Amino acid sequence: MATEAQGAVEHADGMPQLDFSTYPNQIFWLVVTLVVIYLVLTKIALPRIASVLAERQGTIANDLAAAEDLKQQAVEAEEAYNKALADAKAEAGRIVAGARADIQKDLDDATAKADAEIAAKSAESEKRISEIRASALESIEAVANDTAVEVVKAIMPGAEDGKAVKTAVTARMKG
Amino acid sequence: MAVEGDLVQMGALVGAGLACTGMGGAAVGVGHVVGNYIAGALRNPSAAASQTATMFIGIAFSEALGIFSFLVALLLMYAQ
Amino acid sequence: MATEGGSGFNIHPMDQFVVKPLFGDGPIAWYTPTNVTLWLAIAILAVIALLVLGTRGRAIVPSRTQSIAELAYGFVYQMVEDVAGKDGVKYFPYIMTLFMFIVFANFLGLLPMSFTTTSHLAVTGTMAIAVFVSVTVIGFVKHGVSFLSLFWITAAPLALRPILALIEVISYFVRPVSHSIRLMGNMMAGHAVMKVFAGFAGALGIGAVAPIVAISAVYALEILVSFIQAYVFAILTCVYLKDALHPHH
Repeated sequence: MATEAQGAVEHADGMPQLDFSTYPNQIFWLVVTLVVIYLVLTKIALPRIASVLAERQGTIANDLAAAEDLKQQAVEAEEAYNKALADAKAEAGRIVAGARADIQKDLDDATAKADAEIAAKSAESEKRISEIRASALESIEAVANDTAVEVVKAIMPGAEDGKAVKTAVTARMKG
Repeated sequence: MAVEGDLVQMGALVGAGLACTGMGGAAVGVGHVVGNYIAGALRNPSAAASQTATMFIGIAFSEALGIFSFLVALLLMYAQ
Repeated sequence: MATEGGSGFNIHPMDQFVVKPLFGDGPIAWYTPTNVTLWLAIAILAVIALLVLGTRGRAIVPSRTQSIAELAYGFVYQMVEDVAGKDGVKYFPYIMTLFMFIVFANFLGLLPMSFTTTSHLAVTGTMAIAVFVSVTVIGFVKHGVSFLSLFWITAAPLALRPILALIEVISYFVRPVSHSIRLMGNMMAGHAVMKVFAGFAGALGIGAVAPIVAISAVYALEILVSFIQAYVFAILTCVYLKDALHPHH
């Protein structure tokens, strides 16, 4: 510590840290500094930061609660939507089934009617056919009868006996 | 330069150099602390974060002794 | 003396730590504004700029400066709560003051041509002694004489306890020494090393690649050390505080 007196300002010959003549100065200004920083921190900075952090915490909590709420609402909306969808599907199914049943019924009616008409028409036709056949048979019999009478008259004149011929023809036609 | 003065100064500087070997010990100590911390942290990474402060305290304690030897060296060099 | 010996480089690594008056050349009285005063004032302004001006928006979504301020707040708060316990939280402003001051003084000291207030034993020693005294006072006020059970380790065998008590007492009183010299030594050593490398670079002139690379590396390391030493100072304060609040092992 011998040389500090003359040479301290130009070149630090010893350790400036051990130059005890500057200690009161450093300690005084350090204490001033620490007190100023302490006052600034406790009066302004720390309460402000603490309040900002608390406020943010509160905001985040609120936002989370709101988000939870909205999520709940979304779930409810989805449920309602699903229910409406299911209802609509059921309704549509019912309408389809009803329509199908109506159509089936109409179809059955129409088929039955058509069947009945067809049956009636074919019965009529059969009737007419059988009438025609009966009349044809009668005509054949009459023609056969007449022919037979004529044939008999031609073969054996005078032996015409219409009645006997007719009986014979009828028997013949039946047999 | 007087010869006697040089002898005293030489002794002080040699002593300062010898005092610096103490810093090597502190380096070994700090390396040991951090190495063991990392070995433990790799085995159990979930517990690592809670022990970081402990590691720094350990570093500080072992480093302090190295700083003491550094201080002794400085005193020998400058504060005769 | 030593620096004027054999070196031809003419490096004066200790010059940066010299305390000199800001105005004139007179003797340094306790009230003289010196370069210490200047850099302490700049540290105050830096703390105010970060923690007061940075947070003046009080924004819910913070700006960058406000996030840093909140980060610092949360970091120190968490540290106090974790290390010193719940009842240590009421001392949080004091530890925040120390931490913010040291961290800014360390970082400001890294500016070229600046003065590192925390590299002086007067500064770190005052803080360490203040911590030591207040922690001891808190311990005795909270626990009375039973605070002394901090030194009487009941977990140890009875025969060992007096020896352990002696060791504990010694280590208790060494606390302020190591607490202050750790910070001062780290700051001074880093800055002196940089100054020495700068002297090499100046001696080599153009082409001094290696010293400049070394300065860059040491500078990066010093940035880390600046923060870690502030952290260590604060966390050791918390540890001492915890011992005062809960002296029973």
